[in-house]
Amino acid sequence: MAKVNLIIDGVNVEADSSDTILSAAKKAGIIIPTLCYLKDINCDGACRVCVVECKGKKNLITACNTPVSDGMEIETCNPKVLEARKTNIELLLSNHNKNCLTCGKNLNCKLQQYSYEFGCEEGKINGVKNNYELDLSSPCIVRDNNKCILCGRCVQVCKNIQATSAIQKQKRGFNTMIDCAFDKPINESNCVGCGQCVLVCPTGALLEKSNIKKVMEFLSNPKNVVIAQVAPSVRVAINEEFGYPIGTFNEGKLVTALKRIGFNKVFDVNVGADFTVIEESEELIERIKTNTLIPQFSSCCPAWVKYVKLHYPNYVKNLSTCKSPNEMLGAVIKNYYAKQNNIPLENIKVVAIMPCTAKKMEIEDDEDVDAVLTTRELATFIKYKNLSFTHLLETQFDNPLGHYSGAGLIFGATGGVTEAVLRTAVDKLTNKDNSNVDFKIVRQGDGIKETELNVDGITLKLCVVSGLKNAQTVMEQIASGKKHFHFVEVMACPGGCVNGGGQPFVDYTKYDYYQIAKMRAKGLYEFDAKLTDRKSHKNTFVTEIYDKFLLPNKLNHKLLHHEHKI
Amino acid sequence: MTLKELETLREHRLKEIDARFNKNSNKKEIMVCSSTGCKSNNSDELIKVFKLEIEKNNLKNISVEHTGCFGLCALGPIVIVYPEGTFYCRVTPDGAKQIVNEHLVKGKVATNFLYDTTKPEQTTKNDVEFYKKQMFIARKGSEFINPDNILDYIALFGYTALYKALTTLTPSQVIEEVKLSGLRGRGGAGFPTGTKWELTAKEVAKQKYVVCNADEGDPGAFMDRSIIESDPHKIIEAMAIAGYAVGATQGFVYLRAEYPLAGERLERAIVEAKKYGLIGKNIFGTNFCFDLKIKYGAGAFVCGEETALMHSLEGKRGEPRTRPPYPAQSGVFGCPTVLNNVETYANIPEIINNGGLWYSKIGKGKSTGTKVFALSGKVKHTGLIELPMGSTLREIIFDIGGGIPNGKKFKAVQIGGPSGACLPEDKLDLPVTYDDLAENGAMMGSGGLIVLDEDSSMVEVAKFFLEFICDESCGKCTPCRIGNRRLLEILNKLLAGNGSMEDIDELETLSYFIKENSLCGLGQSSPNPVLSTLKYFRNEYEALIDKKHKLADKYVINKDKCIGCSACSRACPVKCISGEIKKPFEINQEKCIGCGNCQKICKFNAIEKV
Repeated sequence: MAKVNLIIDGVNVEADSSDTILSAAKKAGIIIPTLCYLKDINCDGACRVCVVECKGKKNLITACNTPVSDGMEIETCNPKVLEARKTNIELLLSNHNKNCLTCGKNLNCKLQQYSYEFGCEEGKINGVKNNYELDLSSPCIVRDNNKCILCGRCVQVCKNIQATSAIQKQKRGFNTMIDCAFDKPINESNCVGCGQCVLVCPTGALLEKSNIKKVMEFLSNPKNVVIAQVAPSVRVAINEEFGYPIGTFNEGKLVTALKRIGFNKVFDVNVGADFTVIEESEELIERIKTNTLIPQFSSCCPAWVKYVKLHYPNYVKNLSTCKSPNEMLGAVIKNYYAKQNNIPLENIKVVAIMPCTAKKMEIEDDEDVDAVLTTRELATFIKYKNLSFTHLLETQFDNPLGHYSGAGLIFGATGGVTEAVLRTAVDKLTNKDNSNVDFKIVRQGDGIKETELNVDGITLKLCVVSGLKNAQTVMEQIASGKKHFHFVEVMACPGGCVNGGGQPFVDYTKYDYYQIAKMRAKGLYEFDAKLTDRKSHKNTFVTEIYDKFLLPNKLNHKLLHHEHKI
Repeated sequence: MTLKELETLREHRLKEIDARFNKNSNKKEIMVCSSTGCKSNNSDELIKVFKLEIEKNNLKNISVEHTGCFGLCALGPIVIVYPEGTFYCRVTPDGAKQIVNEHLVKGKVATNFLYDTTKPEQTTKNDVEFYKKQMFIARKGSEFINPDNILDYIALFGYTALYKALTTLTPSQVIEEVKLSGLRGRGGAGFPTGTKWELTAKEVAKQKYVVCNADEGDPGAFMDRSIIESDPHKIIEAMAIAGYAVGATQGFVYLRAEYPLAGERLERAIVEAKKYGLIGKNIFGTNFCFDLKIKYGAGAFVCGEETALMHSLEGKRGEPRTRPPYPAQSGVFGCPTVLNNVETYANIPEIINNGGLWYSKIGKGKSTGTKVFALSGKVKHTGLIELPMGSTLREIIFDIGGGIPNGKKFKAVQIGGPSGACLPEDKLDLPVTYDDLAENGAMMGSGGLIVLDEDSSMVEVAKFFLEFICDESCGKCTPCRIGNRRLLEILNKLLAGNGSMEDIDELETLSYFIKENSLCGLGQSSPNPVLSTLKYFRNEYEALIDKKHKLADKYVINKDKCIGCSACSRACPVKCISGEIKKPFEINQEKCIGCGNCQKICKFNAIEKV
């Protein structure tokens, strides 16, 4: 690549011709502050926080989207630039609901951070503020346009990464706002609840809808048996909220924290995933053998399921009829565990701890789970309870629904469902206990990963997808007959649930958007490799429930599957 | 279409319409202006009346046609009678009857409808003072043409420039001619057109586009509308030439949906041009193919900015983006694109026909050629004028525009559209060129000129334009979206009499900030009305704070005369007049800023200055 020489803050910098001033400066160890910019997602130059002065240019220019050129002389922090940045932030503040103390983004907010760091003066610029009503219509997310700075990240992620475009900029000038088409509330739009917009929002304009109060009510009723069940990817993310590096794997402290909060039992959705693998692989084998409803689409991700219902209704029948691992475990708890322990159904409350905002929508249709807390909400809850997470001892999940296989664990990353299903399906198709369980070919794709696998004379055509824009691409290929697959796994969030909309916020000035999922997935795969049980059908706790309860009562289909209603 | 066929068409049509060009013609032709201005003054009705009267009087060899804009919109509807070329103004349906009776039946001039009724000897367009200093290139020929008839355009040597370019010049020679002419973009920033074409021609791409910016949105500017309404084929021909020069086969005209007449005429013109093979496949038997489509804009001022325009053209929200990449590299649908405005294109056929050198000798310095201005406000002859670059503001406003009406004094002229500037009296001898204007904090813009007289409050003027900007900002970048709103709030505070000197300083600081930090041209020039009025009329801002000044102009309502109509209270910028309908109103002297608006609006002379 052609090299370009420029001077940034007096330092000679050799950059690639494809570099922007921002990326070239980074190479020279100069971090120019950014607010609307998000690598790979948004590069609009709208907020004007990254302005720099370029010799020979009349006006200040934005570092995030101005390409470097030979001989450029850039100053990133002279008094004029600093004053401009400060004024930009002060203007944003003049039209911002500054309820920082009670805001869900307090201490995680870029606007707040820069306001302090740039030395902004409170009330220096004053004027009329826009006054918008909160959009509380969605079970997943809350939109507060009074805190929106119109950076446009949410719009870009929704359009370009999730192919959904539920939200867009509307109106003009000072009245410009992010809204759904025809001023409808978000639950009447085609929002799938994935929450990626929440993840990328630099302020508190987009947040998950909190269920903490609801869970507190469950816990405060002494008659209730309140059960927590934890999704695979929570254990590689929650630790970040308490100062651990991104991707740290630790479930022991998490279990202890949940117990201390007051949950009577703490079960593991990994076990639910083990049920899912058994059901879904059986369903797949059956469909391949009878050559019906091929390709089979995974159905673990509620955002994906909703996406199919909205955009490809003809393919709803191709979705696996399996409930998600979360719902399966809820069904087993309420129908098996409750009976075993003589707990009346009305007193048993299942609370799912999820990396996901869409799960809050999923539980509206079935009665298996009573509330969903995202990873972030749980962290908040832990703080409410005055628990010093780092000092907590590690404890184990409760049995019988706490012992999981590695197959269940890797559901948290893209490719995990496929690999887990393969671990079981290959055994069943070959009637052997195969020792190779690492199907690395399906792991860590860049959104779309196609694989062929020869099993017992059958060539299995698989496709692993994450990100709904990628899903749209694959669906168009399938619909036009260009591609044929037996099984397609789709996770709505890029990289899978580890990058779910309910996961801890990350400082995107330090990490790239696509980097996070890989860091967290690594934690899952490393722990999976250490496990002895790595196949779902080898999880004896699960097989016992099949043998003693599900199969004799012929309940596996009734409890673990459902029809996808449009 | 071959050259021979084009010439045959021309000669044939010239014979049919020779009254328009030949003083000795035995035919007569009445041409009635049919542009929006005259149409809104009922010029369609005139055509009917003329036809009816001609039939009644059983006159032969007289035809009635509609034609393009004459520019003297203030005195419309305009009618011209050929072959004498008698120029009639303010023609009413009754007037049309008179013209038929006097002029056509009796062979006398209907003096009542002459430009200057006191000078019956001045009968032709050339006698009219308004036209004396004007020079027509972009608007050349519009008074001879029925815009709905392609043959009229061909008769005036239309499409010969395209023929010349395609058959005798290489694309790079076309670009050389345009570069030599020194033509600069007429839409705002004044970028050299030839260079723009050259940059696009250099790009290697499967598909390139030619775009015409007809999203004229400046308050008071209507030259682009008039050019399309009067002479749509000129734009088609120019765009085809541009397509040939840069290697594009598809053109788009981005036209405001608020210009229905221009759209209708351009659509018809495109259909006709296709029918005659003047655009389409293998034009003039060459390998060059060119197609043209109209895309209607939904009425956003910011879509006049080129990157916003392209987004809108693609069906996206009309928001500008950072350049580079420039449209020449990545324009419509990511393809190299040449984008010029209507008036720029309107110069191209003449440049090709007469050569770039000819054009370069017109004008002053680096501002060559002519410029069309839309003259409006407190000036006698509102309308469109075209004159060589470098003419002074004084020539424009006083010689052509006829000066300020009602014996009032000139105060300032607002030039360059909403993001332009207000220039005071001592700048009247400023030659109007891109560079002279820029040096004085103004800009050419698209050529809107709004004249203000002594009664105008400059702070109110700044507020008017700022309100426009606030409505039309796309809302993308922070400085323009919030900054301009805050400016407006400070102006309102000052106008309400609640301001302080610090507010004026804040106004200035924030204005410079917006100028230097906004994303696009709109934002970067949006505070110009404030900055230029602060520069030249700072005393008016300070007067809003200075209480003594307030006391100098005190107004009171005469209770015997006031009928309680509320007109004054509605006209008051600071809302200091109140009262009950049908009862005498009262002025709150504490809040009054002494602007005198109430006195001007009152029809009952109930407001007295004390």
